[in-house]
Amino acid sequence: MEQGNYAIELKNITKRFGKVVANDKVCLAVKKGEILSILGENGSGKTTLMNMLSGIYFPDEGQILVDGNEVTIASPKDSFELGIGMIHQHFKLVDVLTAAENIILGLPGKEILDMPAVTAKIRELIDRYGFELNPNQKIYEMSVSQKQTVEIVKVLYRGASMLILDEPTAVLTPQETEKLFAILRNMRAAGHSIIIITHKLNEVLELSDRVAVLRKGQYIGTVETKDATAESLTEMMVGKKISLDIHRPEPVKPEKRLEISGLSCENIEGIPTLKGVTFTANSGEILGIAGIAGSGQKELLEAVAGLQIITSGTISYYPPEGGQEILSEKTAADIRSLGIRLSFVPEDRLGMGLVGSMDMVDNMMLRGYNEGKGFFADRKTPRKLAEEIVEKLEVATPDVSTPVRSLSGGNVQKVLVGREISSNPTVLMVAYPVRGLDINSSYTIYELLNEQKKKGVAVLCVGEDLDVLLELCDKILVLCGGAITGIVDARTTTKEEIGLLMTRNGKEQGNE
Amino acid sequence: MNKDAMKGREPLAHISKRDEITIWKAWGIRLAAILLSLVVCAGVIFALTRLNPIEVYKAIFGGAVGTSRRAWVTIRDALTLLCIAIGLAPAFRMRFWNTGAEGQVLVGGVVTAAVMIYFGDALPTPVLLLIMLVVSILAGMIWGLIPAVFKAYWNTNETLFTLMLNYVAMQIVTFCIVFWENPAGSNTVGVINSATKGGWMPALGGLTYGWNLLIVLALAYGVYVYLRLSKQGYEVAVVGESESTAKYVGINVKKVIMRTMAISGGICGLAGFLIVSACSHTISTSTAGGRGFTAIIVAWLAKFNTFAMILVSFFLVFMQKGAMQIASQFNLNENASDVITGIILFFILGSEFFIRYKVELRGRRKEA
Repeated sequence: MEQGNYAIELKNITKRFGKVVANDKVCLAVKKGEILSILGENGSGKTTLMNMLSGIYFPDEGQILVDGNEVTIASPKDSFELGIGMIHQHFKLVDVLTAAENIILGLPGKEILDMPAVTAKIRELIDRYGFELNPNQKIYEMSVSQKQTVEIVKVLYRGASMLILDEPTAVLTPQETEKLFAILRNMRAAGHSIIIITHKLNEVLELSDRVAVLRKGQYIGTVETKDATAESLTEMMVGKKISLDIHRPEPVKPEKRLEISGLSCENIEGIPTLKGVTFTANSGEILGIAGIAGSGQKELLEAVAGLQIITSGTISYYPPEGGQEILSEKTAADIRSLGIRLSFVPEDRLGMGLVGSMDMVDNMMLRGYNEGKGFFADRKTPRKLAEEIVEKLEVATPDVSTPVRSLSGGNVQKVLVGREISSNPTVLMVAYPVRGLDINSSYTIYELLNEQKKKGVAVLCVGEDLDVLLELCDKILVLCGGAITGIVDARTTTKEEIGLLMTRNGKEQGNE
Repeated sequence: MNKDAMKGREPLAHISKRDEITIWKAWGIRLAAILLSLVVCAGVIFALTRLNPIEVYKAIFGGAVGTSRRAWVTIRDALTLLCIAIGLAPAFRMRFWNTGAEGQVLVGGVVTAAVMIYFGDALPTPVLLLIMLVVSILAGMIWGLIPAVFKAYWNTNETLFTLMLNYVAMQIVTFCIVFWENPAGSNTVGVINSATKGGWMPALGGLTYGWNLLIVLALAYGVYVYLRLSKQGYEVAVVGESESTAKYVGINVKKVIMRTMAISGGICGLAGFLIVSACSHTISTSTAGGRGFTAIIVAWLAKFNTFAMILVSFFLVFMQKGAMQIASQFNLNENASDVITGIILFFILGSEFFIRYKVELRGRRKEA
């Protein structure tokens, strides 16, 4: 290998956590002026590796070379001084400050702050790379995409020449993703080196020059993107060939299960979160719900589950046995005591669906601990259920007594989905069911949803990856700012059409 | 930046999380910590006072359990502290920071004293004691319920609320003392029913504090079972860990908060009954004597495990009694023992770090 060509080189990096080897002799190199994607399933060690570059962890073995010189990165400050900037998945910004104030926060300077000079320098960066940002806007007024822009400008302002982005597109709409990619390409053209961690194969293929693949902490190899296909990358990542097609069975005898009309909700501050939402969910169908994060998806599912205060409108449930129940104005406990089998996999898995510090058995108990008489809680049935789920869904856990918090994201989701479908629901609501999950786990979850669909369950699925929603769902409902901007047939619509509906531009085209 | 300057600046030691540790190894670390703390204490004692540390340790031991009477007083006070700590356990499990045990003990004590004063000689002892027991629990429950209701319905801060209620309870006691003064003008209640011993807790099977022992140990067991095995205990844990999860599965969060605090306050009220009826036979603003706060330390050190609380409360009271002894025997300030207790606690708490993490020193790492 010729020296000097690489911006960053990692040689035989090993990092252990107790007995777990998170990175096992990983070698990786990023050229100057290239975009390198790092691909790998959950727990393959991508984030650990990047955290060693950004000074959060210190490697147990191996060397890090920056511009051909061996360096020691013992703290985030060291990493910074070497020109490495990391954009984390969770933004680290102060809400009440402006973009410019956040950008200079913590930087050394003179006693008197020259804000106009700072702003001018920021504007210069914005113009050079084509960002869209107002330096004087407060963070709390910004969308997720704008906040991400602030984070990127922040590291550039501080002189970073190497950028690491950890799943930057997870929170963006297709249009925003396109903009981000354009900026990243501009930065590449300016000679910056960029490392991007992502799960989305199409983005890898579209954006990067080379792809490095990790599997279970081991470095598998780096390939030129132009020689790679989605299938070949998946094979490297998983270690075996898997089909990337999502199966979509035809709905069998769909009948009306849930009818929502004129549903409106407000949050604590009295700001409307849902505005006159009207739709029907049928048995044996998967209804996808698309929208930019925070468009009312969470509130919609919670309203159906009896966890939101409804200001107006009705939610009617039609049991398979016939009849009708009005769910609006009923609490979650009321709905359960009516015997309605409504299952809900919330977005916040460990904050709402499960209790992180409890083990699988106690988490199984969350549903149904109160059934049966007596003062004492029954732990035998939930233990059996937990063991069944471990076996059926191949949950990787030492045993059922391990706190679920210490399981990986995919396994946490399997535990939660497993519990929710174990009660044979008639309605199943899932929010971002594959967020943070690797390909294998994602396909397991899609299969589980399809299985429920075939059983005649009405499935409501809030998703962020439009490609997946288009392949998996029967219909897609698009929310924008708490209102429905369209309900489209997933078999005939396009990603662009949904993208437009998501940003309100398509309002006039609304409805089926 | 000068990149060469960074070379070889490997951190002196780095810390990594242990994934698992055997129980024996964990207790070994704790035991080593205690032994080490005694050695350090010996050094400190000698450096500060030039006394023989062994003699000081002996004096502490003698002061706490040297005679049968001293041992029983230590046991009695440890049981009282334990009772309050047990009362805190359900609330703390729910992450409800009840700092109002002091007040809950006081109101329990004051109603106990009231029953003793007004009905002490009128009712047969078993009936009297039963009434005292029930009213003390009820008073503690009410004192615990007030902040719980406000927390459940208006999400007030329970730490401040319960703390402030302590002062209200003290004022109530001060007010009652005006009526119960004995002898007049002393501004104290004096020993209630000192002649007839009406409402005094009798001995159990020859043991002066037998009832205390029985009641408090039964409570330790009961609360342990309640929190670990019952449905209600499960609800307490879920609400404590995540309110939104509790709502999601249809647990009535308001009800659980109020029920749990009623239990917590009730047990603390019962501690007030034990103090007044079985220990001091009087009531004053210092009846709780800061034990409502010491119990918080006990509860945390024991990680809310009511059996571990037994050990912790005995240790703390043991050191307290030993302190008084060394104060008089060696003419030391009572704080000398606080220094010793502090050092020992520091080591015990510090050992938890080594149980959870391991430290690898520089140089152990192979050069790549």
